[in-house]
Amino acid sequence: MIESDAFVQALQDIGVDFYTGVPDSILGGIIAELMERRLYTPAVREDEAVAMAAGAYMSGKVPAVLMQNSGLGTSLNALISLNVIYCQPCLLIVSWRGYQGKDAPEHLVMGEVLPQFLDTMKIPHRTLSEKTASDDLKWLAETIMKQRIPVALLITKGVVRGLHP
Amino acid sequence: MRPEQGTMQSRAMAMAALLELLTDQPVIICNGFPSREAYKIADRPTHFYMIGSMGSASAIGLGVALAKPKKQVVIFDGDGNVLMGMGTLATVGALKPKNFIHVVFDNEVYGSTGNQPTISNVVPLEKVAKAAGYVNVERVREREDLVYEFKDMLKKDGPSMLLVKVNEMVEDVGRVMLDPPDITKRFMNAIK
Repeated sequence: MIESDAFVQALQDIGVDFYTGVPDSILGGIIAELMERRLYTPAVREDEAVAMAAGAYMSGKVPAVLMQNSGLGTSLNALISLNVIYCQPCLLIVSWRGYQGKDAPEHLVMGEVLPQFLDTMKIPHRTLSEKTASDDLKWLAETIMKQRIPVALLITKGVVRGLHP
Repeated sequence: MRPEQGTMQSRAMAMAALLELLTDQPVIICNGFPSREAYKIADRPTHFYMIGSMGSASAIGLGVALAKPKKQVVIFDGDGNVLMGMGTLATVGALKPKNFIHVVFDNEVYGSTGNQPTISNVVPLEKVAKAAGYVNVERVREREDLVYEFKDMLKKDGPSMLLVKVNEMVEDVGRVMLDPPDITKRFMNAIK
């Protein structure tokens, strides 16, 4: 399991310096660590977080938005009609609820279609694993700056330490 | 009667009066006619024209305000936009960025889609903003009040909301003739 502080440090090391989002239990440890470091600005909706991140990007920051995959539905229009058409990169750190069909009912549909959903949206994505973590982050940093669009890092349960071990 | 009885001023007139008072402040302008009117009245590299993502103007402005605390950030918004992204009033009210001036041109209609009514005739958005934690809020109708209050807000710590009641009249304007990626680049260079 990746420790939350190591994960946050790795994000900072690739230059991410503006963090916002809406919480999920899988992301709880990461958000706690970001708050500890006074780096996190909480949003009330995922599309608000995406728009805030766009403003921060245009002000010289490298932004990340944390959300659970249901939030992708909420932020879809902002991602397309703001980030994609205006060429504004954003790192999406998305918890994959409903992964392999093991979760509460509200997560199952989005959980099943998540990769295809992102493919349809033409949002490049990778699923984080402990073994390939440094590679995954390197890929993120390169893709987001080269393509200047949102790029998603998917996190399944138990890969990064949450609030409850 | 819509809009608020006795409102004579058009949004373009109000906007022109405000743009005269601005120089190099970043201005985020919401989608629809507001962006098109601002582009026609005074196109500046410090303007970020939204063409989609309705409801997001204040959140984009908040991102700029947080990342550039030394710059005063102005948002030109509409009642339909504010209603759609109403949660952001709460986020702004909680975070209290001092450099955040939220101007809402309230014509009580969705002007870009054929003047369907919004609900801002019965929901006073400046009161919602005040309750959410904005420090200064004013509701104005006349041009002289608009200019006076905006000048005052430029001097004060925010967040501030200036709600301007305007009529439904729309200027004869074309689309914003800039490619969105160029708007991004130009805005980024201008506010560095």
